[in-house]
Amino acid sequence: MSNNLVTTAYIAASALFILSLSGLSQTETAKRGNWLGIIGMAIAFAATAFISQGYSVQASSIGLGVLVGVVAASRVAMTAMPEMVAFLNSFVGLAAVLVGFAEYLQPSSTLMGIEETIHRIEIYAGVFIGVVTFTGSIVAVGKLQGILPSRSVLLPARHGLTIAMLIAIAALGAPFLSATGTTGLVPLGIMTAISAVFGIVIVMAIGGADMAVVISLLNSYSGLASAAAGFMLNNDLLIITGALVGSSGAILSYIMCKGMNRSFLNVILGGFGATSAGSSQGAGQAGDATATNPEDVVDILEAANSVVIVPGYGMAVAQAQHAVAEITQILRRQGKQVQFGIHPVAGRMPGHMNVLLAEANVPYDIVLEMDEINDDFANTDVVLVIGANDTVNPSAQDDPTSPIAGMPVMQVWQADTVVVLKRSLSPGYAGVDNPLFYYDNTLMLFGDAKANVNGVLNQLSDVTATDATSVAVAA
Amino acid sequence: MTIAQPHDIPVVNSTTPSGLKVGIPREVFPGECRVAATPDTAKKLQKLGFEVLVETQAGAGAKFSDRAYTEAGCQVLSDAASLWDTADVVLKVRAPQWHPTLERHEADLLKPDSTLISFIWPAQNPELLEQLSHQGGTVLAMDAVPRITRAQKLDALSSMANIAGYRAVIEAANQFGRCFTGQITAAGKMPPAKVLVIGAGVAGLAAVGAAKGLGAVVKAFDTRPEVKEQVQSMGAEFLELHFQEDGSGEGGYAKVMSQAFIAAEMALFAQQAQEVDIIITTALVPGKKAPLLITRDMVESMTPGSVVVDLAAEQGGNCEMTQPGDITTYNNVTIIGLTDLPSRMASQASQLYGNNLYHLLSDLGGSENFDINLDDEVIRATTVVQGGRVVWPPPKPEPPTPAPVQPAAAPVAVAPEPKQKGLVGQLFWPVVIGLAFVAIGLWAPESFISHFTVFVLASFLGWKVIWDVSPSLHTPLMSVTNAISGIIIIGGMLQISSDITSPMTILGAIALFLGTVNIAGGFMVSQRMLNMFHK
Repeated sequence: MSNNLVTTAYIAASALFILSLSGLSQTETAKRGNWLGIIGMAIAFAATAFISQGYSVQASSIGLGVLVGVVAASRVAMTAMPEMVAFLNSFVGLAAVLVGFAEYLQPSSTLMGIEETIHRIEIYAGVFIGVVTFTGSIVAVGKLQGILPSRSVLLPARHGLTIAMLIAIAALGAPFLSATGTTGLVPLGIMTAISAVFGIVIVMAIGGADMAVVISLLNSYSGLASAAAGFMLNNDLLIITGALVGSSGAILSYIMCKGMNRSFLNVILGGFGATSAGSSQGAGQAGDATATNPEDVVDILEAANSVVIVPGYGMAVAQAQHAVAEITQILRRQGKQVQFGIHPVAGRMPGHMNVLLAEANVPYDIVLEMDEINDDFANTDVVLVIGANDTVNPSAQDDPTSPIAGMPVMQVWQADTVVVLKRSLSPGYAGVDNPLFYYDNTLMLFGDAKANVNGVLNQLSDVTATDATSVAVAA
Repeated sequence: MTIAQPHDIPVVNSTTPSGLKVGIPREVFPGECRVAATPDTAKKLQKLGFEVLVETQAGAGAKFSDRAYTEAGCQVLSDAASLWDTADVVLKVRAPQWHPTLERHEADLLKPDSTLISFIWPAQNPELLEQLSHQGGTVLAMDAVPRITRAQKLDALSSMANIAGYRAVIEAANQFGRCFTGQITAAGKMPPAKVLVIGAGVAGLAAVGAAKGLGAVVKAFDTRPEVKEQVQSMGAEFLELHFQEDGSGEGGYAKVMSQAFIAAEMALFAQQAQEVDIIITTALVPGKKAPLLITRDMVESMTPGSVVVDLAAEQGGNCEMTQPGDITTYNNVTIIGLTDLPSRMASQASQLYGNNLYHLLSDLGGSENFDINLDDEVIRATTVVQGGRVVWPPPKPEPPTPAPVQPAAAPVAVAPEPKQKGLVGQLFWPVVIGLAFVAIGLWAPESFISHFTVFVLASFLGWKVIWDVSPSLHTPLMSVTNAISGIIIIGGMLQISSDITSPMTILGAIALFLGTVNIAGGFMVSQRMLNMFHK
């Protein structure tokens, strides 16, 4: 197989990847997009297979990889998607590190002078990005799984520490570049170790609810790691793919940051959840929250014509999405308008809520984004807030001293009645008290979200058991 | 008139004895039965502090007697001239026209400093507008009320369209030789009438509701996909073209569609014409002649006894065979081109129109604070003549930005603004990037430059492509990008050699394994997720 043919195959694969991503822009074309990606990958793989050797090793590696991938993908729960994505990110990072090391060990390097230097820089940078992606992602998985504390963990003098590490990493570049033979492995190895710690420290400092940004960012890094590998291997396909993934992750991180009205740097420097807790309690909360019970909520839903459900991470944690979907179905059968409002940062990764609701068979055309639904709250009879807190906090708009001031929020309080399903009155991740709970038109349904949603569902199906209507058209 | 007047002067009037006088003349347009105030809305106007004067027999067409007005506290005047002369605000239905008994134009009756509120159609009647402006008064056109949420209660076009849609079905039922409801009786089967409503605006939806209420099988079509839900909520089937084009224009109207779309649309109508019994067309594009939707051929293909109601008859008609103002028969198909449908339901139409006027006068400040405030977007748009000056058309308002409404504007303004970067801050990144480019250009070898080109362009391409991705698909997007970043296997594959013991092969094999996990896992979990998304 000629080199040109391989190159054209790579070009075709690049085009298919681009088409794949643009196919994902709409739900209707998304599946086709995924298939285009698969085809592109198959083409790239086949073309590379023709010019590579050691087929037995290749086949066993690939066989094992496919097996692990397929098993993981078919087992993973939709609530665990953030962990899955973070895991896959870490794999790309690690692969980039390994490819970097292997490339350095490649004996047949014929590069000279500046080309050799550039090549070394590419390896060095690629390994750095790869390691940070790897350890960062692993820490993210740990935090999401609850193995590591999900709050932000701050080392003393961590800013000094991070800067020192960065300087050390940069400084180690010099011996690496000037090393002859494979002696550069020593500085490269030390750098890898420092970068590994660097990735851990950085992600440890970021609180649980900012994980969405971190995962998007690590997604972006994994793309950059691929692109760096492309530079060192002189492979445009890797560069293009890496750049695509890199910009995708960057955009998602940007969207998440906007959703929280925080700068990128603010999120990355971390410490949000830890430092601001209890800072702006201000005048404290006047008035009492009104508690309610599932029976009353059912009565309210029965009387309503339009219902908006605002889910948050709490719904995912409690695995309440199926019961919520059933409630939606019953209410819709009764001819009520039911919609979902999704805040951009709801959940632990971009689009997390959408996937959970889709899993529970909620039609995607009633799942709306914050901007689409915010104007409708004033005409809504009932809003059910399930496991969301900061994203429905009116102090983001009313209280300029609040830590979340200026963050776009779902204006649920404009509806006639708001029912908040929550464990307690405790503040959310941002550590800010939520005045919404004390509003006159807010009812609190305390307790486990799943238990409460199921309670509402049972009551609701009792009421409507006799309502099954079927429309027959006279023929 | 025989009832003791003092008893009828309402208490509210006594508190504002010098209230502005609202005059309701009798409509002079032949066949026009509506009136601008019913006894009921007249009472409401009095609550705003107005004194209401009604020309005798003004409500006759709508079955409101002079006596009913008197009982509602209105003063009934016997001739139009004195009414126009005393009233400060004249409320009318039809645009001013030649008054047959006074032998003067109604516009000439408008006294200076008074206000006329009526349908005017300023775009179609520039001369009338000119003539009105010479009178030195103020004129508000009910047809110019903007179609925004806040102005809905003033929107007389909608309230009249609603009635026209209902009446269209009644007229069709009247002409249609069969029942609307399907029934199986001892004497045989009665199939339900099939009704197609074209254009699901206010009139169209009212027609859908009325036809559905009578028991017909109703289908509706509209170029604006967003009305689908409204149609379905009324119990009708929404016909769709499998064609991507959004017909939503400004102000809740449809816009003119492309050629290809129209062709597909016409094919649909031609097919439907053979199937349905009744077609009700309500398609209007503002400021343009009504689009022709039902051709002569389609009418010929309809079953004998079918009915076409053309609600756009006044604007030229949606049906080729429509005779505006008339009911005609062509090839045994009845074509109803009546243009006075609201007037045929004069009581209800007058009541709604009267309420629209009441809301407008209430917005204008009632009697006491009566003021044409041109800073108010709605009033600005509605006012066509002020103080003898033509102020129509209004300056085009800023297109409403879909930015999220922030009701708590004041506190938000106090909230930390994005820091205004100094000049240095603004220049920092461009300068750094510029220097980096210079450095690369100076020292980097050619091979690197070509890869760098690819990288930069691909980044931009990715940036553009990804922005289009719907937020609901962000999780699948991440897993797909996970999968394709597994492309790094290529690196691993190329480093594997047949020498199993070489460190490169081992490293490459592990990298290949990890990349493959990504590819298989990423694509598969994406597919799993995407399979869940359904309508």
